[in-house]
Amino acid sequence: MEKRPFPKAVLALGATSAIGEATLRLLAERGARFYLVARSQEKLNAVAADLHTRGATGVATHAMDLDDTAGHPAMLEAAAKSLGTIELALLAHGVLGKQEETEASYAAAEAVLRTNFLSPVSLITWLANYFEVTKQGTLAVISSVAGDRGRKSNYVYGASKGALNVFLSGVRARMDRAGVQVLTIKPGFVATPMTAHLAQGPLFAKPSQVARGIVKAIEKRRDVVYLPAFWMVIMLIIRLIPERIFKKLNV
Amino acid sequence: MKQNSARPGFESWGRYPKLDASVVPLNWASDFPLRPPPATRMLPVGAGRSYGDVCLLGHGTLLRTRGPELVGGMDRLLDFDPATGILCCEAGTTLGEILDFAVPRGFFLPVSPGTKYVTVGGAIANDIHGKNHHIAGTFGRHVPRFELVRSDGKLLICSPAQNADWYAATIGGMGLTGLIAWAEVKLRPIVSRKIEYVGIKFSGIEEFVALSAAHAETEYTVSWIDCVATGRNFARGIFMAGEHAKTPGPLKQSRAPKLTLPLDLPEFMLNRRTVGLFNTLYYNKQRGKTRTGLVDYEPFFYPLDKLLHWNRMYGRNGLLQFQCVVPWEAGQSGLIEILKAITGSGLASFLAVLKVFGNVPSPGMMSFPKPGITLALDFPVRQEVSVDLLERLGAITLEHGGRMYPAKDATMTAEQFQAFYPQWKKFAAYIDPAFDSAFWQRVTA
Repeated sequence: MEKRPFPKAVLALGATSAIGEATLRLLAERGARFYLVARSQEKLNAVAADLHTRGATGVATHAMDLDDTAGHPAMLEAAAKSLGTIELALLAHGVLGKQEETEASYAAAEAVLRTNFLSPVSLITWLANYFEVTKQGTLAVISSVAGDRGRKSNYVYGASKGALNVFLSGVRARMDRAGVQVLTIKPGFVATPMTAHLAQGPLFAKPSQVARGIVKAIEKRRDVVYLPAFWMVIMLIIRLIPERIFKKLNV
Repeated sequence: MKQNSARPGFESWGRYPKLDASVVPLNWASDFPLRPPPATRMLPVGAGRSYGDVCLLGHGTLLRTRGPELVGGMDRLLDFDPATGILCCEAGTTLGEILDFAVPRGFFLPVSPGTKYVTVGGAIANDIHGKNHHIAGTFGRHVPRFELVRSDGKLLICSPAQNADWYAATIGGMGLTGLIAWAEVKLRPIVSRKIEYVGIKFSGIEEFVALSAAHAETEYTVSWIDCVATGRNFARGIFMAGEHAKTPGPLKQSRAPKLTLPLDLPEFMLNRRTVGLFNTLYYNKQRGKTRTGLVDYEPFFYPLDKLLHWNRMYGRNGLLQFQCVVPWEAGQSGLIEILKAITGSGLASFLAVLKVFGNVPSPGMMSFPKPGITLALDFPVRQEVSVDLLERLGAITLEHGGRMYPAKDATMTAEQFQAFYPQWKKFAAYIDPAFDSAFWQRVTA
């Protein structure tokens, strides 16, 4: 495979998420420049200062709620203008949601689907067209192993990520012709504020560990990556369990 | 995935005493003050590496600036000026993370304790010291500025010139004056990771004092001392001195340690015999009287950091630390009395460290170091026996005009503390009305 220079102009959507921030730190050490998007300006300022200190050659911030899909095109145009060319777009925003609430109310389920699926679809629609025209770029999207199979304990979250995986698979096939990398990142359990309320077991990875895997996957121009890698085996087994047995399991 | 109804209990590094508290992680400076404020009193905690109850608050709310295993938290580097060496970082940043950033850029910590897994906030709150105290003074001396956030949301930028009284109260203020959001640390330049090392065997306190005097100009000095041996071998030890290498050498980042003590060792593992055997082996590992060489900074400064969770060595009950300083005038006789009390007690101290504190004044109102000789020890918790011994060591320290170190204490009595730190009432005026600690409750009762 041809060797491409590592992307330097980075659009980070959900820049204050734990995995997102850990990944951006590694990119900053490589001298990247950033356009950071997240809800809180205060948090963005802290992340921007940190990335700058670690070696970023430029950092711009943009506070917005990424659920607001109507605001996406203006934000993305501003990002492209600020960065010159967007070389890497990292989508790192997402919510876990509360399974009981999403079972009880469609509104709660819809909120999870909006943040985890519809918002990325809106962003990727614009970005895919942008990358197709510029004939370059990496689209790296943090999904989840939960999208591989619907589980009793978090199927709304899982469905949002599963739908995202299918969408990305199609986008990848379309973008391949334009030389664009579309990377689906499937982390397992990661110790982040999103999972702080769960009992943490030995399967939990550190955000910094997942971040290193993401950077490596971008470098190697991978399509789909499980992080840490052992989740590929776990999810293969989980996918192979026949539905009539799976429905009886407490997973 | 199970929902976490009862959070895993928070323990200090000594794992004694065991007190329950709710833990609130602070991932951003903007997370504090808490909304809504908790019903209980609060105490900020960083990595939880202080030993006793100075980082505990029974039935309280611990504000953790770092998550368990140092995952997450307030660890952002906010600014660095290579011209001055001043690094500004969030209070949850550990000294190890500072080194990871600084060493490849040719900088090093101004003061480093025996572990790099402490946070900057904790280093200020306990005004920690290191092997260069006789030259550089305490950590607080190298903190030009920090931001203190009170529970009512009031922000105080503190420096020797601005809010100087809050600056003095917060350095060594045991986290009680408010939450430190960020701090500046003035790093020092280095040209190599390497340390020019010399190790010299000594026998007796007198020889230790003579070696310290002879090495008064050497940047780093510390001694390991055998607290089990009696008779001919009483107070034998190894004097260790070092300086940053002056010839340019490697400046790469350290690797993450791979070894973890996975479980609590049984209590009987650390006894007089095993520790005595370890001490004899350690003393004799260095063959000649003097050994010199070029060593890496990691084993020189942080020999125990190689083994994560080494405190599990002491079993589930944990360990008691004791650190005192006795002033020069009474130093030698006071120390000999303390060492005799220990060897006579039958309790074995595994990690005993002796060092001279210099005359550089501490910036904190409640800072521990003062000129003299300091001795640090630890003991496995054997309930009454250990507590009795430590209370006696405290009494001997007091008799000789010394004082004990709150960050390593679980046994100081209120009378002892108030005699060691007569300024405590003045300090109390700076305590945040919503803050408290188990240590403070104990020594001001």
